[in-house]
Amino acid sequence: MDTVMLSRIQFASTTIFHYFFVPVSIGLALLIAIMETMYVRKGNEEYKKMAQFWGKLFLINFAVGVVTGILQEFQFGMNWSDYSRFVGDVFGAPLAVEALAAFFLESTFIGIWIFGWDKVSKRVHLLSIWLVAFGTMLSAFWILAANSFMQHPVGFEINNGRAEMNDFFALITNGQLLVEFPHTVLAAYATGAFLVTGISAYKILKKQEVSFFKKSFQIAAIVGIISSIGVAVAGHAQAQYLVETQPMKMAASEGLWGKSGDPAPWTVWANIDPENQISTGEFQIPYMLSFLSYSKFSGEVKGMLELQAEYEQTYGPGDYIPPVRTTFWSFRIMVLAGTLMIVLGMYAMYLMWRKKMDRPNTWFMRFMLWGLLLPPIANTAGWVMTEFGRQPWTVFGLMTTEDSVSPNITSGQVLFSVISFTTIYLILGLVLVGLFIKVIKKGPYAMDNDHGDSNDPYNEEGSHDIS
Amino acid sequence: MISLNELWFVLIAVLFIGFFFLEGFDFGVGMETQILAKNDTERRVLINSIGPFWDGNEVWLITAAGAMFAAFPEWYATLFSGFYIPFVFALLALIARGVAFEFRGKRDSLAWKRTWDACIFIGSFLPPFLLAVVFASFIKGLPIDGDMQMYAGFTDIVNVYTVVAGLTVVLLCLVHGLMFTTLRTVGDLQARARKLAQKLLIPLAALFTAFVIMTYNMTDIFEQRGTVLMIIVALGVIAFVLSGYFMTKKKDGYAFGMTGAVMALSVTSIFVGLFPRVMISSIDQAFNLTITNAASGHYSLKVMTIVALTILPFVLGYQIWSYFVFHKRVHEKEHLEY
Repeated sequence: MDTVMLSRIQFASTTIFHYFFVPVSIGLALLIAIMETMYVRKGNEEYKKMAQFWGKLFLINFAVGVVTGILQEFQFGMNWSDYSRFVGDVFGAPLAVEALAAFFLESTFIGIWIFGWDKVSKRVHLLSIWLVAFGTMLSAFWILAANSFMQHPVGFEINNGRAEMNDFFALITNGQLLVEFPHTVLAAYATGAFLVTGISAYKILKKQEVSFFKKSFQIAAIVGIISSIGVAVAGHAQAQYLVETQPMKMAASEGLWGKSGDPAPWTVWANIDPENQISTGEFQIPYMLSFLSYSKFSGEVKGMLELQAEYEQTYGPGDYIPPVRTTFWSFRIMVLAGTLMIVLGMYAMYLMWRKKMDRPNTWFMRFMLWGLLLPPIANTAGWVMTEFGRQPWTVFGLMTTEDSVSPNITSGQVLFSVISFTTIYLILGLVLVGLFIKVIKKGPYAMDNDHGDSNDPYNEEGSHDIS
Repeated sequence: MISLNELWFVLIAVLFIGFFFLEGFDFGVGMETQILAKNDTERRVLINSIGPFWDGNEVWLITAAGAMFAAFPEWYATLFSGFYIPFVFALLALIARGVAFEFRGKRDSLAWKRTWDACIFIGSFLPPFLLAVVFASFIKGLPIDGDMQMYAGFTDIVNVYTVVAGLTVVLLCLVHGLMFTTLRTVGDLQARARKLAQKLLIPLAALFTAFVIMTYNMTDIFEQRGTVLMIIVALGVIAFVLSGYFMTKKKDGYAFGMTGAVMALSVTSIFVGLFPRVMISSIDQAFNLTITNAASGHYSLKVMTIVALTILPFVLGYQIWSYFVFHKRVHEKEHLEY
C-alpha cells in the first residue's frame, strides 16, 4: 500500500480510537461537576462519594484520552506535512489556542482536583472540576473550529500557493462550526450521561448500593435526555447546512445518484452499487429528505452524478464522489442510535416522573445497560460520515487527501507506525475496559472500606475485590 | 521593536525552555523510580511527588508544537515528517508513560506493577533522549532540499554528536529530577537523592564538555554567534558549579534552581545558535528554513500574538498557584495507600 492509504488508515484508526475517550471525558466532567455542586450545596456525603466514584472512571478514561491526543497533534506534521504547509497559517492557529487556552487549564486543575481533596477549600475544589469541565468544552470548540475549516473553509485567501488567514473572526464564527459544535458537545454530554445510566442500571439490577446508583441514574438521565434531544435538533441544523455547503456529502449519505425529485423522499434502506452508480431496493419515506434539507415538505436535492459534473467544471477532471456505502450507512447508524437514545431517555423520564424508579422494569434496566454503547456508536458513525463524506478533499474544494501526504516518508515507515500504534492502542483499550469493570464491580463503598482516608487516586493496591 | 517573526521564535524557544525545565524534572523523577527507589513505597512517594504536575508540564510540549504549527508551519511540517521514526518512538514512550501513572496502582499484582514501572522508566528516559537528538541535529544541519523536504538517513539523525547530546540531556534531567526529589521528600530518600545528584555531576560535566567541544568543531553556531554563546556557556559553567556547591551545603532549593538554570541555558544556546534559521540544510545554505521563509503570514502572527499575550498570564498564574497548593513534602507516613 502507498503512504496515502496507510496514512489514512492510521489517521482514521487513531482518531476513532481517540474519540471513544474524548466525549466520555467531556460528559463525565460535567456530571461530576454537577454531583460535586450538589455535595457542596447540600452537604450530603453521598454526593461526594458520587463525584469520587465516577471520578475514578473519569480519570482512567481521561488518561487514555490525553495520551492518544498528543499523537493527533503530531501526525498532521508527520504524515500530512504538505497539508500542514498548505493550511498551517489558518489551521495551526486553533490548535495552538487549544493547547494554550484549554489543555493547560484542564491539566492543571485536574491535578488540583485529584490531589487536592483536603489541600484546598471545598469551593476551590468544586471550582477546579468546573474549570476542567469548561476546559474540555473549550478544547472541543477549538478543535472543531479547525475541523470546520476543513469542511467549509472561510476567513482565508490563497497567497503563494498557501492558504493564509485573513479573518480570524470568520474562522470562529464559521457557519459549519456553529452547527458542528453544539451537535458534537451535546453528543459528548449524552455519552457521559448514558455511561453513567448504563453502569447505574447494572448496579441496580445487581441490587448493589441501590440508593447511590439510583441517584446517579436520575442525574445522568436528565442530562442524557436533554442532550440527546439537543443533538437531534443540532443535527437537523447541520444537515441543512450540509446541503448548502457540501451537497456531495449529502447526496452520498442518501445514496442519491440522480435527482431526488420534488418533494424528496428519505431513503431508509438501499442497496448501493458504486460500480454501476445506481441504488436499488430502496425503501423510502416520502417528503422526509425535503424536510431534513430545508425544514419544509418540498424541495429537490441534487444527486451525485449531477454534482460530479459540476465539480469537474469547477475543479477539473477527477473523481469527486466519496465512498458512498460508508457515508450512507454511517449516517443511518448514527440516526438510529440517536433515536434509540431519545426513546430510552424518554422512558427513563417517564419512570422518574411517575416515581416508579423504586421498582423499575428489569428489561428496561437491561436496555439502559447496553444503551451505554449507543453514544459511542453514534459518535463514531457521525465522524465517519463527516470525514469519509468529505473525500477526496482534506480541505473542501482546496486540497485533496492525495496531495496532503508527506512526500518524504516511506510506506515502510508508515506501516511500522500503523502497526505500533494499533498494538499499543489495542492494549490500552483492553486494559481500560478491564479497569472499568474492576472499579464498577468494587463499587463506591468498597473503595472506602479499603482505603480509609485515602485522597490519592493512584492507589488501589492492596484492596480486595468483593464482587 | 522586534518583528512578530522574531517574537514567535522567542516564544517557541521559551515554551521549549519551560518544557525542559519542568518536564525535565518529572522525567528525572520517572527515571529515579528504577535508579533511586529501593522499594515500592519509595517508588510510590516519587510518583506522588510529581503526580499533580507532570500532565501540566507536558502541555508545554504540546503548546510548543501547536505554536510551531501556527507560527512556522513549514518548520512544523519539515520537522515532524523528517523525524518520522524518532517521533513514533517518542510518542509510544509518552503514551505508555502517561497511562502508566494512572494504571500502575489499579491492580494488586506484582507483574502488573512491574510492567507499568517499566513503562514509566522507558517513558521518562526515551523522550528527552530523542528530543535532544532532534535538537542537536537541528544545529548540525540536515539534508533538506529546495522544497523544504527533509530526507534524512539513519546516520543523519543518529551519530556520535547527537547521541552525546541525548545522553547529556538525559543525565541532566536525572540530576534535575533528583534535586526536585530533595525538595518534595524527607529523610533517607531525600538524602540519597542529594548524594546521587552530587555523584552524577562529574559524568555530567564530562558529557557537557564533550558536547560543547563537538559543537564548536562540528557546527557553525559559534562562528555565527560566538560572543553570545560564550557568555551562555560561561553562565552555564557558573550555574553548574553553583549547583554542586549548593548540594554540598544542602541548600536544595538553590541547587534545584541551578540545575534548572543549566537546562534552560542549554536549550537557550540551541535557539540562539539557530537564529534566525529554524532548520539548517546540510545540502545548501540557500535551503535553510528561517523565521521568514518558514513563517505564517503577518495577519496570522498578529492574531496569535494577541491571543497568546492575553491568555499566557492566566496560564502562568494558575500553574504557579498549583505548585503553591502542593508545596508540602510527600511523606511516606501519610496515607500513600499503595
